Amino acid sequence: MKSALPWYALLLPLVSAGAITLFTHRLKTLSSLISVAAVLGSFLCSCLIFGQKGLSAPELKWIDFGTVFTVPFGFVLDDLSRMMLVLVSGIGALIHIYSLGYMRDDEGKSRYFAALSLFMFAMLGIVLANNFVMLFIFWELVAFTSYVLIGHWFERDAAADAANKAFFTNRIGDFGFMLGILLVWMSTGSVVFADIAPRLSILTSHPAFLTIAALLIFCGAVGKSAQFPLHVWLPDAMEGPTPISALIHAATMVAAGVYMLVRVGFIIQASPSALLVIAWIGTISALLAALIATQQNDIKRILAYSTISQLGYMMIAVGLASNEAAMFHLFTHAFFKALLFLGAGSIIIMLHHEQNIWKMGGLARHLPITFLTFVVGALALIGFPLFSGFFSKDTILALAYDHNMPIFVVALFTAFLTAFYILRLVVVVYFAKPRSDAARASDESPLVMTGPLIVLALLAWLGGYGFFARHFLAIPHEKELLLIVPVLAITAMILGAGLAIALYRNRTSEPIEVDLLRRLFYIDESYRWLIHWTQELLASISAFFDRWIIDASVVRGVSGGTWGIGALLRLIQMGNLQAYAFLFGLGIVALIYFAVFR
Amino acid sequence: MLLFIVFCPIVAAILIMAGAPARKTALLASGSTFVMTLLAFALFERWQGGFHHVSSFTISADWRLNFAVGLDGLSLIMVLLAVIVTLAAVWFTGEIDKYENAFYACLLLISGGAIGAFASLDLFFFYAFHELALIPTFLLIGIWGSGNRSAAAWKITIYLALGSFVLLIGLILLYQSVPVASRSFDIRALQAAAVAGQIGPEAQRHIYLLLLIGFGVLVSLFPFHTWAPEAYASAPAPAAMLHAGVLKKFGLYGLLRLAIPLLPDGARHWTGLLMVLLLGNIIYIGLATIGQKRLDWMLGYSSVMHMGYIFLGIASANILGVTGAATLIFAHGLSIALLFGLAGEIRKRTGTLVFDELGGLAKVMPFAGLAFGLGAFAAVGLPGFANFAAEVMVFFGAFQNGWEMERFHIFQIATVLGLWGVVISAVYMLRAYRKVFMGTLPERFRGWNNLVDLRLSLHVPVTLLVGALLWFGFFPQSFVRIVAPAFRTYFSANAQP
Repeated sequence: MKSALPWYALLLPLVSAGAITLFTHRLKTLSSLISVAAVLGSFLCSCLIFGQKGLSAPELKWIDFGTVFTVPFGFVLDDLSRMMLVLVSGIGALIHIYSLGYMRDDEGKSRYFAALSLFMFAMLGIVLANNFVMLFIFWELVAFTSYVLIGHWFERDAAADAANKAFFTNRIGDFGFMLGILLVWMSTGSVVFADIAPRLSILTSHPAFLTIAALLIFCGAVGKSAQFPLHVWLPDAMEGPTPISALIHAATMVAAGVYMLVRVGFIIQASPSALLVIAWIGTISALLAALIATQQNDIKRILAYSTISQLGYMMIAVGLASNEAAMFHLFTHAFFKALLFLGAGSIIIMLHHEQNIWKMGGLARHLPITFLTFVVGALALIGFPLFSGFFSKDTILALAYDHNMPIFVVALFTAFLTAFYILRLVVVVYFAKPRSDAARASDESPLVMTGPLIVLALLAWLGGYGFFARHFLAIPHEKELLLIVPVLAITAMILGAGLAIALYRNRTSEPIEVDLLRRLFYIDESYRWLIHWTQELLASISAFFDRWIIDASVVRGVSGGTWGIGALLRLIQMGNLQAYAFLFGLGIVALIYFAVFR
Repeated sequence: MLLFIVFCPIVAAILIMAGAPARKTALLASGSTFVMTLLAFALFERWQGGFHHVSSFTISADWRLNFAVGLDGLSLIMVLLAVIVTLAAVWFTGEIDKYENAFYACLLLISGGAIGAFASLDLFFFYAFHELALIPTFLLIGIWGSGNRSAAAWKITIYLALGSFVLLIGLILLYQSVPVASRSFDIRALQAAAVAGQIGPEAQRHIYLLLLIGFGVLVSLFPFHTWAPEAYASAPAPAAMLHAGVLKKFGLYGLLRLAIPLLPDGARHWTGLLMVLLLGNIIYIGLATIGQKRLDWMLGYSSVMHMGYIFLGIASANILGVTGAATLIFAHGLSIALLFGLAGEIRKRTGTLVFDELGGLAKVMPFAGLAFGLGAFAAVGLPGFANFAAEVMVFFGAFQNGWEMERFHIFQIATVLGLWGVVISAVYMLRAYRKVFMGTLPERFRGWNNLVDLRLSLHVPVTLLVGALLWFGFFPQSFVRIVAPAFRTYFSANAQP
């Protein structure tokens, strides 16, 4: 059945972004309401689309060179994308509403909501795209809106630098992604997913080529989903407003990498070597980020590293060729991580932008709703039985247990670390005595902010249960009941949580300091060093060379030759003006002479 | 209609020199040519291929020298680019402290010369119109420029004069390469001769090299590029807009109009050389752009760098790459004009364009910040802007060339390096944006009351340029539909846009 509904869902936020930029820039409250109305409209359309199987939408031609090269602008509306539509627009709607409170008095409110609307447009575009080029278009647009929103408080140097870092890192990933797209297009002759699938045999008959193409496409996901070695931008991106961290840098944008890999899973799964690389990159990211998270003091940075780590789990699932497990964890993670971030935001705004956990303390009594919902999020994150994360993480662990024991061991250890760092956070922030005046004077957030927290807490609790999740996605079911995996996972979790509680109860400062982890494994520093000694050095050499060597020798040489003419012109006392005219008049005369009179 | 579009700016320039009110006349002339061109653009649907709106007057029957103008899809979009940028440049012109009338007359002459060159169907006037446009460019830099203006003016004069001279020799050889019986200045006749195989491969090689160097100097092809950054830094903003946006594109238009259809063998022969040079533009100039310390120099270098992508499209010599090159000519012209226009406005207010002396301007000039941001992101090829659609066509077109499974040839390597150039361009553009517009306002600007946003009337040219970029970025097919038929006859016609 043809329907224009997907078009409405996609374009409503774009219309909102355009209208705010063009017309209501000065009317801040109206701008925010337009944006919220648009996302609610999108959510409604998404729900309607979700309810109708077998829907299709009219298609446009974006670029059409016939058989040479055609890029349609069309939608794919299978179970996967319909679920993502509801998830993205639903969480988006909650965070729009939350932003009404969080950004109430912000000077750049209109810009914020315009960018938020544009982000919804871009993200829904990624979900709906039925071909590589269209996916890439929205992929880059998401990076752009992320740049704008990270740099929202652009007067702060840290925010401005973080915005640039995020965009550059994403571009490096996209460099590989585009190359991968080119390779797939050249070999199969199409960029449309549905047309590539039947021609996959062309690729599978060249396994080395296929592996390279698949890994290049994976590069895009490494950048977008902040996986090692391109993870460095995500922690810095926490300079943006907290709702942005929740929406873009936890629930949706960074998950887009996983979604994209699942969307093109049919290509990637044809290459076992590519799968192995993906699984290990995921494993390394999960471990590395969890280790770093144990030693951070900024509440948002802890959550950011936690996000990298959890995305690593999803990558493990992708690498172990289980789209269902990856999407299941993406689904539950979206709820509980958005919840954790919004809870952190509620604290930050009530403590007047204090983000250091050692300046908090005892907040359980001051912000009871935030506390309770945050605990639900934390329990879901560590995979506490009967909370959503338990089900989805258990699926991935069982998968690793079946297929790759080394990865299972690392993933299990990461589960231990996860419990450790989030319990450290909860204990330090919510218990003991307040450690700053702001913490002592804090109060609960308004309803417009706690409302979304409560909704998300419910989802973070229930999101993993089959009776709920089954409506949205295919839940992977285990072949036989492997009791050993949940037992090991729960043991690791209890150990991690217990250790954190024992270590951090009633502490007022960090008891253990591990320099390697505080310095982020020296990754950021070595990148800085690398850029300084390659790109910056080459840039200054090139600039110098161009100015003083090429220009000097070539131009001086040429002008030396023409010096005679110039002197001659001066000799017969012609001003500059006539000289220019003369030189070019000469050209015309010469043309006539050569062409006509010879 | 076309005669009006070609001569309206020139007539207006003469009227202004004769004493007509400068700004009003210039705005009226550029506005009406813009409307007429839009009309021609809207009516394109009914065209059936070949040239339209042809007007021809015989100058010399013996030598088959005619004054002939006409439009096909390619020249139509070149003219459209010229009229949009002209209108914007005239609008951006602020108060001129000396010889105001002459300033506006020069702007209109550049515009008229460029439009005339794009519309000419005759080799002689094709060249002559471009020369006509060059002279006022030098005058604008030499008289109204800033910094070391006379040195910059001389440099560009000498450089472009030499380039034009090489070009001239190439054009004359081209004219003479055709057998006497069918010898003509008419581009259409030359094309017929080329299709009939009357230009030998040997001759093609010589002529193509001359045209490549001649046009290449005009377009700042590496290593003939050093005139460009200095000239643009010295030129008054409207002159930089018109030259970088429109007049410089004459060389690229010439390659698309003459070299590609008339000299396919020559083009094939020199592919390797062109690839090396264009990678010089993309990678080496790209790095040099990162190393710049002033906004105007950075923009000048970035404009040199982006020429590399257009050359890549031209070098790929297939319908995809060439259409991409034409689209990128158009898109780059609009975005660089916007950026130069805004850089001029910043200079007017702060008196400096050195990165280290600037910062936080988005706070005091929010609209300028928005506009510059849009221009910068268009220039680095953000999807949604025409530049991205063009780069997609260029990259796909180039990558397709000489493709073999599991083996990379020069085109594939060049595409990979070109893609890395996209990363480089993001680095220099966003760093510049960060240094100029983000962060805090430097101490010495505190309390300056002339640091105000763009005046309201400047929203018009900004909207015009950004609107055109967005329209063709969202609907590139509306561009492809017009341009691709102009090339269809030259390439194995497996594309039916």
